Amino acid sequence: MTATTPAATAPAGGSPSPDRPVAHPGHPGPVGTGSSATRVVGVLALLSLGLLALYGLVISPADVEMGDNVRLMYVHVPSATYLYLGCFITTVASGLWLWKRTPGWDALAEAGAEVGLVFAAITLVTGSLWGRPTWGTYWTWDARLTSTAVLTALLVGYLALRRLDLDPDSRSTRAAVLGLLLVPNVAVVNRSVEWWRSLHQKSTLVKLDPTIEGDMLVALMVGFVAIGLVFAWLMIHRFRLAWLEQQADRVDLDAALAERRAEASAGVAPAEPPPTADPPPSADASPASTAASSSTTEVSS
Amino acid sequence: MEPVVHLRDAVALLGRFPALAGIDLDVERGDIVLLRGPNGAGKTTVLRALAGLVPVVRGEARVLGHDLRVDPRPVRRRVGLLAHATGLFDDLTVGDNVTFWGRATRATAGDIDAALSLVGLSGRLRGVPVARLSAGQRRRTSLACLLARRPELWLLDEPHAGLDSDARDLLDGLVRQAVAQGATVVMSSHELERAEALADRVVVLDGGTTDGPERDAPPGPGAAPGVADPGVAGPGVADPGLVPGVAGSPVADRGAVPGTPADAPETEAPDTAVGTPPPEVSHVA
Amino acid sequence: MWRDASLVAGRDLRIEARSRVTLHQVAPFALLVLILFAFALDPDRGVLERATPGLYWVTVLFSALLALARSAKLDEADGVRDALRLSGLDPAGVFAGKALAVAAELVALEVLLGVGVVVLYGADPAGVGLLLATVLAATVAVATAGTLYGALVSGLRVRETLLPLLLLPVLAPVLIGATRAFESALADDPAAGWPWCGLLAAFAVLYSVAGALAYGTLLEGQ
Repeated sequence: MTATTPAATAPAGGSPSPDRPVAHPGHPGPVGTGSSATRVVGVLALLSLGLLALYGLVISPADVEMGDNVRLMYVHVPSATYLYLGCFITTVASGLWLWKRTPGWDALAEAGAEVGLVFAAITLVTGSLWGRPTWGTYWTWDARLTSTAVLTALLVGYLALRRLDLDPDSRSTRAAVLGLLLVPNVAVVNRSVEWWRSLHQKSTLVKLDPTIEGDMLVALMVGFVAIGLVFAWLMIHRFRLAWLEQQADRVDLDAALAERRAEASAGVAPAEPPPTADPPPSADASPASTAASSSTTEVSS
Repeated sequence: MEPVVHLRDAVALLGRFPALAGIDLDVERGDIVLLRGPNGAGKTTVLRALAGLVPVVRGEARVLGHDLRVDPRPVRRRVGLLAHATGLFDDLTVGDNVTFWGRATRATAGDIDAALSLVGLSGRLRGVPVARLSAGQRRRTSLACLLARRPELWLLDEPHAGLDSDARDLLDGLVRQAVAQGATVVMSSHELERAEALADRVVVLDGGTTDGPERDAPPGPGAAPGVADPGVAGPGVADPGLVPGVAGSPVADRGAVPGTPADAPETEAPDTAVGTPPPEVSHVA
Repeated sequence: MWRDASLVAGRDLRIEARSRVTLHQVAPFALLVLILFAFALDPDRGVLERATPGLYWVTVLFSALLALARSAKLDEADGVRDALRLSGLDPAGVFAGKALAVAAELVALEVLLGVGVVVLYGADPAGVGLLLATVLAATVAVATAGTLYGALVSGLRVRETLLPLLLLPVLAPVLIGATRAFESALADDPAAGWPWCGLLAAFAVLYSVAGALAYGTLLEGQ
């Protein structure tokens, strides 16, 4: 995952730059994945992470039972929450893509899964680290950790499918069906794993103590805000990246048609895109066709 | 009467590639039309598009009264496609295969038996697994599957390939018989002599379009003589791309309007043989 | 739809009858896995007996992967996909037919494996009602999910490695549920096992519906 950092997208030395630099006229949408929106979110994320560190590590007290270990929870719990949010986004976006077939939903589904995977890793690591001092091992077959592990496998499978070298429509369709099943699968897995582990142990990793209060509550809230901002920042960048990849794949239909016709018998000079009766879809607009349609003498039928 | 096939400027994509870049085709009931053209011209794609398997994204496309751009699926049940791929299950016998595909299309046992006997596979060969058949026998099995469907429109993709002379005669006979019973046939072939003898009309494809010259094949026995090709746009359609003297007009020399070199009287019609560019090319920037 | 389903199921089973792949290859593989577990887990220390339900279902899952891959491959043959689209068969019916055919093969396999664990691991079948219900529910669950995912990877060059990667995490609840149900049955405590059976049934319903709805999209979308 190659996302630009907030520092890289900040205008150097205050020199003005367009919010959404455009590669060439007629090509809609951003060229880089940074924008003023992501810069704002990025800065806020960094600030709130700092606040989280302050509250989590310094201000809030150690827990009566768990000791300093509880501080991991301020990252672990939000991470798990946003992991589920990512999966939810993927499922909903997959469903919307199957319904509407607009490429934006496809890009969103991919972003949700990949960012979700990042948070799955964070959840697993923080969970393991929490377990070590408490139970003496890095891994316990705790319900939450186990379901997260299975969920990670589901996400890896989804992303493996997305990476295949296929006709883009075929790949998107398959991925969308898989993505649509993600949340149901997660629900079933969670239910069965919890049920299973409840046979053997009573306490799970994160039983949010309902009496949590004071600075610990604040630290947890800050955690949610901070991790949430990081999630949002990653999602925006990853979505734009996926969207741009799709745009790069996209072939201007009219240019392709012209090339195709030019394949016809030898000796024919390559032709400009012919005027067509239907207006070309805006997403496919290109400098060539806009130039052609402005200079032909055609009367559109 | 509405033509069985009506394509006007049809564009079809295979993935991102425009396999069909502007096809015009009109086929009346009872016609036998031959699609000709070099490899890669789009003949197979036209047949698959007519079957409703490849979506048409631009232009007009109506087959058997169904608008392919709205929903291509209803047309599938009414056509029969004989493709390069056999669509047969190697482990099953000839009889099993035809029975399965026949019953899938709601054919009766009678239809299935009739289909098998028409292709000469109702004897011993009926019980032979497809894996053990020769290529020609497999073709005949596929043909039986097509016959069992009783399609109104036959789409044959190089049907003579891989068949011996007897089998080719058999196929030709079945085609004529089907047409006599009201079916329509569109086929592609490289076996020009035999195919042109069978066909009423030839349509030439190149570069995904039908812009090349179209001509009538010498009519086969029983075919209506001198059928004019309705695929050409009527002479009343103005073709701005070929108005002489519009220097620098950035319009494709072949144009989006079909059949123009021979049928645009307002231009100096050049030699229309395929491969010779019309003089308008020189005006294109 | 059911007419189409029975047509397709009949076809798949007829192909199996002619080619005997499940009989000659998948079944021996399954028994071999049982034997390998014995090598790995030392039959003399009682581990094998305690682990029998789990080992049984893991073996079933691995064998199912083979059977499902084969089932999906049948419809990848040259031109068959086009012919299916042209035939006017209801895609939901095709899905149901294929799932039924695989389920039938799997049930036969599970019975065979049941005999295998009784003989090889010394298992003592009790709570037969629960055992049978679990076998049925789990089989439908595996067959429906597997047929759907088989269609999802069909035609891909990497389908042999992708199908297990996609399917096994999805089937984790089936493994958990079936094993717990078997444990309860063998421990003569069926009351604890029936809820697990219910979970399996719910899973089966989920994937039956999902498969029936999505199969057509996958058939067209390739």
